[in-house]
Amino acid sequence: MHRHHDMGGAPAGPVVPAEHDYAAWEKRVDAILRLLTARQVITVDELRRGIEELGPGAYDELSYYQRWIASIGNNLLEKGVISVDELGGRLAAVEARWRAAGRRGEGG
Amino acid sequence: MSARFATGARVQVRRIFPPGHVRTPHYLRGHAGVVDSILGHYANPEELAYGRDGLPRRALYRVRFRQAELWPGYGGAQDDSVVADIYEHWLEPLEEVQA
Repeated sequence: MHRHHDMGGAPAGPVVPAEHDYAAWEKRVDAILRLLTARQVITVDELRRGIEELGPGAYDELSYYQRWIASIGNNLLEKGVISVDELGGRLAAVEARWRAAGRRGEGG
Repeated sequence: MSARFATGARVQVRRIFPPGHVRTPHYLRGHAGVVDSILGHYANPEELAYGRDGLPRRALYRVRFRQAELWPGYGGAQDDSVVADIYEHWLEPLEEVQA
């Protein structure tokens, strides 16, 4: 038995090295993790476990920093740092603000 | 702190398949390698991943494997190798069966 992410040696296509700029939200996710680890709220090991536990579907479909924020969110819920209701409320408020501003995002 | 294996020791990666967060790649399980270096002692990330303290610290080794031994029909150079960081609890001494 091994987890989906543990795919070393599995058949795959060519590696395409490509540089890209980071979006503002991606930098923010990075900053959130740095703060949480510096304050010893979560460890990078917990982050990795959380990413693995997203499962095969989400693991493949989400982008790098989307996986990070999904794992960070789940870890903070597990630890009781935030509640489901609190997170749901904030997500709805941010989405409403986004729509009111007339912007159509891609989950950003 | 002491380390069970010395640099140059022949070791074998344990052929076990536990669920949960593990730090030893699947493709190395059961394979033999040579200790390249001892990197130090670290809290066990397989425990840290679940919010525990990961103590006692475990020795971490850099272990070298021959690509030709890992992959059936490997087409590269025979001395190609891959190096992986592996914690002590994943390693066993390799019994030398050949004189």
